Amino acid sequence: MAYTRAKIADLVDGKIDHDTLHQMLSTPKDPERFSLYLEILQERVSWDDRIILPLGPKLYMVQRKDTKAWKIRCECGHDFCGWRENWKLFACVNVRDTPEKMEEIYPRLMTPTSTWQVLREYYCPKCATLHDVEAPTPWYPVIRDFEPDIDTFYKDWLGLPVPERVEA
Amino acid sequence: MNINVRATETQGATRGIVRGGETLKEHRDRLMEATRRTKHYAGLEKLELRDTQPIHYNKLFSRLRAGVVDARETAKKIAASPIVEQEGELCFTLYNAAGDSILTSTGIIIHVGTMGAAIKYMIENDWESNPGIHDKDLFCNNDCLIGNVHPCDIHTIVPIFWEGELIGWVGGVTHVIDTGSVGPGSMSTGQVQRFGDGYQITCRKVGANDTLFRDWLHESQRMVRTTRYWMLDERTRIAGCHMIRKLVEEVVAEEGIEAYWKFAYEAVEHGRQGLQNRIKAMTIPGTYRQVGFVDVPYAHEDVRVPSDFAKLDTIMHSPSEITIRGDGTWRLDFEGASRWGWHTYNAHQVSFTSGIWVMMTQTLIPSEMINDGAAYGTEFRLPKGTWMNPDDRRVAFSYAWHFLVSSWTALWRGLSRSYYGRGYLEEVNAGNANTSNWLQGGGFNQYDEIHAVNSFECAANGTGATAVHDGLSHAAAIWNPEGDMGDMEIWELAEPLVYLGRQIKANSGGAGKYRGGCGFESLRMVWNAKDWTMFFMGNGHMSSDWGLMGGYPAASGYRFAAHDTGLKELIASGAPIPFGGDTDPQNPVWDALMPDAKIKRDKQAITTEEMFKDYDLYLNYMRGGPGFGDPLDREPQSVVDDLNGGYLVERFAAQVYGVVAAKAADGAFTLDGPATEARRAEIRRERLAKSVPTREWMKSEREKILAKEAGDHVKQMFASSFKLGPKFFKDFQTFWDLPEDWKLLEEEIGVPHYGSHYHMDVSELPDVKTVQFVEQ
Repeated sequence: MAYTRAKIADLVDGKIDHDTLHQMLSTPKDPERFSLYLEILQERVSWDDRIILPLGPKLYMVQRKDTKAWKIRCECGHDFCGWRENWKLFACVNVRDTPEKMEEIYPRLMTPTSTWQVLREYYCPKCATLHDVEAPTPWYPVIRDFEPDIDTFYKDWLGLPVPERVEA
Repeated sequence: MNINVRATETQGATRGIVRGGETLKEHRDRLMEATRRTKHYAGLEKLELRDTQPIHYNKLFSRLRAGVVDARETAKKIAASPIVEQEGELCFTLYNAAGDSILTSTGIIIHVGTMGAAIKYMIENDWESNPGIHDKDLFCNNDCLIGNVHPCDIHTIVPIFWEGELIGWVGGVTHVIDTGSVGPGSMSTGQVQRFGDGYQITCRKVGANDTLFRDWLHESQRMVRTTRYWMLDERTRIAGCHMIRKLVEEVVAEEGIEAYWKFAYEAVEHGRQGLQNRIKAMTIPGTYRQVGFVDVPYAHEDVRVPSDFAKLDTIMHSPSEITIRGDGTWRLDFEGASRWGWHTYNAHQVSFTSGIWVMMTQTLIPSEMINDGAAYGTEFRLPKGTWMNPDDRRVAFSYAWHFLVSSWTALWRGLSRSYYGRGYLEEVNAGNANTSNWLQGGGFNQYDEIHAVNSFECAANGTGATAVHDGLSHAAAIWNPEGDMGDMEIWELAEPLVYLGRQIKANSGGAGKYRGGCGFESLRMVWNAKDWTMFFMGNGHMSSDWGLMGGYPAASGYRFAAHDTGLKELIASGAPIPFGGDTDPQNPVWDALMPDAKIKRDKQAITTEEMFKDYDLYLNYMRGGPGFGDPLDREPQSVVDDLNGGYLVERFAAQVYGVVAAKAADGAFTLDGPATEARRAEIRRERLAKSVPTREWMKSEREKILAKEAGDHVKQMFASSFKLGPKFFKDFQTFWDLPEDWKLLEEEIGVPHYGSHYHMDVSELPDVKTVQFVEQ
C-alpha cells in the first residue's frame, strides 16, 4: 500500500489521521516509504548536505557535500562526529544524580533514587536540543545504541545506490 | 518430504504412538535433525500444501485459528476468577505431534512456547512408556524449571489422536489467583526459593477418559488457598482443550488427515519465513544495543524473608545486543546479564524467549500467524547462570514479570530506531510500562472464606509514546494485548476492599515531545476483612522504562499505606476523608486528614505480608509509559490540555516543557504563548550552562570507578555481570580505560553472595533430561 506524499508529511508532523494510521499499522509496509520520507526531511532542513539516515527527530547521518565524509549531525547544522563514532561522546551531558535534580522532572517519590539510577541528558552543544536521555546505574558506560549496516540496507534491501563516502 | 510418516521403516519395531508408528522421541529427533541440517523447520525447504493449494492451506488456517479463539472466548465464561473472566488471562494453543505450536488464540500468548516446552519435556523423558500417553488423557503442568513463567500459570495439556495414532496436542493455560506459596496471591514476594514458591506440578497425568482423577482433585484443592477459583479454572482449561480437540477431529474428517498433517508442520516453517520477511520489510540491518534494570530492595525492614543471605539490595541487569543480518535473520545476545537471585523475579529461558513474542505481536509480527516458527527464526544467547537462564534448581520464579517486561522494553527501543530510520514512524514505541503495582494479600474475606487476592488492575498501564502521538493512558499491559483494568464493582465483589478513588496518575508517563501514557491509581479501604494481609509489588528505586530519542523514562513507583486511620470516627462525624488520588505526592493532602494514622509513604515499592484491618488504606498505583523526543518540542497546547486533563502536575509544565499557563478562577488553564517562548529559550540557555562535554564528565566518573565509589547494590550488580559476562567486563574496562589489573569481585563488597560459586541445575537430577532451547 503506497501513501501520498501529503500523508507521509502528516505522519512526520504527528498530524496523521486515525484511519490512515490504522491502515499503516495493519497492512504490509510500503517499500517506497524511505525515499519519500528522506525527500520530505531533506526539504525541511536548512542545509543541503544529503541525509543518509534519520536517527532521531533532530538527528541525522549525513553526507557532507564538500568532502563526501559521512557525519552525525544535529538539525541546527552542528556536526557531532564521524558516522562510525558514538555521537553522545561529542555531546554535552547533564547528569541528574541528586534528589533535587530529579525533582525538577518528577514529583518527589515518583523519581528514581539517584544512588540506584541516574539520568544522563545529552544535548547538542550548539542549540541545546535534547537528543537522548539515558537512565542507567552510576558507572554505566555510554551506550552506542545503533550501528546501521548502510551498505546492505541501501544496496541489498532497498535496491538503491550507496551514496559516495570518503572515510576521514 | 521430511514430515512424511515412516510406516514401513517402523514395521517390526516397537510401535510408537505417533501417526505412522514412530515414538514421540523418534519423531521429534527426526524433525530437529532436519531443521539443523537445512535451516528450514523440519527440513521443509518447500511448502508442498501451501504452494500447490494456497486456498486450501489458508482455509485450514482460518478455520483452526477461529476455532482456537472461539474456544478461549467460550471457556473464559466458565471461570469465576476475575483474572480470567474479566482480564482474559488465558490462552489456548494447538501443537503438532513434536510439540511445536501451529497456532494460538488471543490472550497471554507467552505460553505459545511454555506449554510446548512441557510437551517436549514429556517427549524427551519418555512419558510415552511411563506414565503412558493415551487418547482422552489429561496432563497438568506449571513447573518453572522446565519452562513455565511462574507457578500461577497452570497448563492443561491434552493429546489429540486420530484413528488410534497421536497427531498433535492442545494446551490451555490460565493465570490462577493463588498457588499456595508462602504468601497469598499469585505473584508473592516472601519466599526466596522454589520450596516456598507454591504448588508445582511436573507434567503430571491428572486424568484419563476425559475424567480427572479423584486423588488429583483432593490433593490439588487443598494445596491452594482459593479452592473454588482453582477448580473452576481447571474446568475452563479442560473445556477449551476439548472444544479444540473436537474441532481438529472435525477438520481432519472433512479435509483429510494428509492435508492436516502437512499443515501442522508447514505452518511452523511459514511462521519462520514470515518473521524473516518482516524483518527485511521493516528494519535496518546492523547492531543495536540497549539495557534494562530493575530494583530488588530487600534490605528494608518491611521485606520479611526467611534467609539472611537474601536480605540485601540488588539490581537486575539486562544488556542486550540485537544483530540484524543482510538475509533477514537475527540474533539476540544478552551478554552481561546479572546472576539469578534469592527472590521470585528469575525467569526460565523458555519464558524469556517465548514471552518476547507477546511483545512482537504488537510490533514486528502483528499477525494471526503466531507460532513456534518465530522462535526457530531467532537465535537467542542467554548466558547460563543469569537471571533469565538460572543454573540452580532452588530458584524461585513467582513474579518473573518484575524484570521480563523491563528487559524486553529495551528491545522495543532498539527496533524503534530502525523503524524511525526507515520512516515507519507509526511503529515506533518508546517502550512499555513496568506493569505494576500488584495489590496482593489474603486472609478471610467478606464471605468468611479463606481467600487470596491479586488485583489485576495493572492490566491497564500507560503505554510508551510513539513518534506520532502520546502513549495510551491506563490502557494496556505488554503481557496481555487484550488486557483491561476491570470494573470496580467486580473487584469489590472479589476483594474486601472498597474504592475511595480511581483516577489518572499525573506525571506517571515520561515527558517528551510525545509523552508516555499515564497510569492510574486506586485508593482502597479495607472493609469486612478478617486476619487480613496485603503487600506491594512493583518498581520503586528505578524506572525500568527509558525514554527514546530525547524522551524521559516513565516515573518510578512508591507506596502509600495507612493504618489506624480513625476513618470510622471521621465518617461517623461527617468529617472529610481521603478520596480520589494522591495527585502530587510531594505535597500530600490525605495525611493531614488522618492525624493519628500510621502512614507508610516511601520508595519501598516491594514489601511482604503486612497486617491490615478494616478502615486501613492502600494506594494501588499503576505505572505510566516512557516518552519520545525533546519535551521542548511538545506542542504547547498539548501541555495545557494535560494540565486540564489531570495528566500533569502544574509546576512541571514550566519546569520540563517550558510552557507557561495561566489559571482562571474556575481552575482551567490557558496558554501564555509569548511567555512560553521566552521560557523555552531560557531552558535552552540553562541546559548549556548546566551541562559539560561528555568526555569531561567521563573523567570524573572514571575516578569514582577507580575509587570503587558506589552503593553496594550497584557494585554487586556489576560484579555478578562481570563474572558471567567476560566480554561485558572487557568492554567496561576498555570504555573507562581502566588498568589491566582492575577487577571487582562480589567477595570484596561485603554482602552475601550465596549461589555465586555453588549451584546445582535440575539437569543434574537422576533420570532428568532437560530440553535446551538457546545458546548459553
